[in-house]
Amino acid sequence: MSTLEIRDLHVSVDTDKGSKEILKGVNLTVKSGETHAIMGPNGSGKSTLAYSIAGHPKYNVTSGTVTLDGEDVLAMKVDERARAGLFLAMQYPVEVPGVTVSNFLRTAKTAVDGEAPKLRHWVKDIKQSMAALRMDDGFAERGVNEGFSGGEKKRHEILQLELLKPKMAILDETDSGLDVDALRVVSEGVNRVKDSTDAGVLLITHYTRILRYIKPDHVHVFVNGRVAEEGGPELADRLEAEGYDRFLTPTA
Amino acid sequence: MSLLTPDAKTHVDPAAQASVPEKSRAERKTSFDVADFPLPHGREEDWRFTPVDRLTGLLADEPTADGAVTVEVSDQSVVAEPLAADEGVRGTALVPGDRASALAHANSAKALHLKLDAETEYDEPLRVTVHGNAGKRSNGHVVIEAGVHSKGLVILEHTGSGEHTANVEVVVGDGAHLTVVSLQQWDDDALHLAQHEALVGRDATYRHIAVTLGGKVVRINSNVKYDGPGGDATLLGVYFADAGQHLEHRTFIDHNAARTKSLVTYKGALQGESAHSVWVGDVLIRAEAEGIETYELNRNLVLTDGARADSVPNLEIETGEIAGAGHASSTGRFDDEQLFYLQARGIPEGEARRLVVRGFFADVISKIGVPAVVEPLMEAIDAELAAGAQV
Repeated sequence: MSTLEIRDLHVSVDTDKGSKEILKGVNLTVKSGETHAIMGPNGSGKSTLAYSIAGHPKYNVTSGTVTLDGEDVLAMKVDERARAGLFLAMQYPVEVPGVTVSNFLRTAKTAVDGEAPKLRHWVKDIKQSMAALRMDDGFAERGVNEGFSGGEKKRHEILQLELLKPKMAILDETDSGLDVDALRVVSEGVNRVKDSTDAGVLLITHYTRILRYIKPDHVHVFVNGRVAEEGGPELADRLEAEGYDRFLTPTA
Repeated sequence: MSLLTPDAKTHVDPAAQASVPEKSRAERKTSFDVADFPLPHGREEDWRFTPVDRLTGLLADEPTADGAVTVEVSDQSVVAEPLAADEGVRGTALVPGDRASALAHANSAKALHLKLDAETEYDEPLRVTVHGNAGKRSNGHVVIEAGVHSKGLVILEHTGSGEHTANVEVVVGDGAHLTVVSLQQWDDDALHLAQHEALVGRDATYRHIAVTLGGKVVRINSNVKYDGPGGDATLLGVYFADAGQHLEHRTFIDHNAARTKSLVTYKGALQGESAHSVWVGDVLIRAEAEGIETYELNRNLVLTDGARADSVPNLEIETGEIAGAGHASSTGRFDDEQLFYLQARGIPEGEARRLVVRGFFADVISKIGVPAVVEPLMEAIDAELAAGAQV
């Protein structure tokens, strides 16, 4: 049983005009086995939350805490966070030319587990996961994200999720840019991980359509750098019907 | 309205004023006579990137000092009678193209002569180890003659210190397959100026691989011309420039025969203050060279601030009848987003850097494909990165 706890998180980025605060006091608790959807309009800070938890150097945490099972995540380096059990499926996965997917996956698995995976099981695991994600065998010998289509990149992110088995998975707009078939394949992958590992999932999305495939237990509406409203799955249905307009009405 | 006032001056590149640039690469001077190459001042086209002020000693016309180098050849069966200046094939492939090469020739009364017998396959790499001694200067000339339909691999290993001019003259017989590897694993203070020139026979395959990791100033001019149609030349290079190092590679493919092929791929990484790499790739496709195919590529990966990579591809085409010709050149900074991505998967920073740099070199390494070269090379690159991380 793991708990990711975010308390009063403030994050800013450096811009040409000085420091700009993006997250303005985020509170969120995700436990193993729970799926939380974070929904919100563009620019509300959803991705900033994801990258801040993962430790991207662009984002400065100015106050607040993030803990995983009581451990101070913010004090950890990026790779230490991953080894502690955090995983970020990125919206725009980065190309690493010349590094094959198979080499990358084995290196990451070894780093996360602290020992090299047993070869026979490992090869079988990769083959199974790739088949389930409808990825052909040749994929493993391509460079990481090198020349991948948008859909291939997202499948590759979910492949890593399945193989690395984190305690907490943050999916940053994994649904964006996917056609319906790819969305279903990717969603099935996430559901397999949830069923087999009891991971906590923080699903960041702009649209509600992925929530037809991955059922959230909690829905948080993110507006202007903080959680504006929380509820159960019915909140997502309401957003689908009404959109974000009522959150964006200027207030005095 | 004109923006030009009567006394307006157009900007003239001082480098262009210093000497009249040749119209074609073919017109560049070649000569066996040292006197034809005055001491360069650094503004000449072919010296403009080179720190000539550090080379005044080496570019002086001096004989080889006693004990400057020890040279060993792994297989004595390929060592033939040394060649005087106008003896045997010496001088048929290589005519010096700069002062350093002319010095190497003029001060090598006898050239080490390796001869691969015709129609013979050499299974083992033929190793020539050249070890230089600090504070001493040498001039060297090696002739490698690969007989008709022979097949072999020659590895020239340079270690130690000192200052060296060196010519490697390669005559690839018709139908032969020859690979020449030149490893520059010098100590940090060595100076090395070299011309490697190959004459590639009819339907012959020549591969030249330059791996430059050590040395203070290293400049290797690797040239190819063809002695008949159908020859195939591949020039590969890997270099890693650290603080204070100047590593320069120039390639010149002279497509002077029909249906010949060339592929040039050089990749380099740079790290540290004033690390400097230069790649100049010249390709000349002469009017008679119909149906040829050529591609040259240079990529540089700059790992830290303060390093500089110069990359200049030149393609000169005198015939419209070619199968393919192209070039690419790029220099990029190490991408921190790649580092973040790998670290976000649990991979520690040092290992992530290693992966990215190994990935950068992966395609040229796979083209090299010689295990005896590749394995030590990857270890050496890892060691360079580890040393860079300590700074």
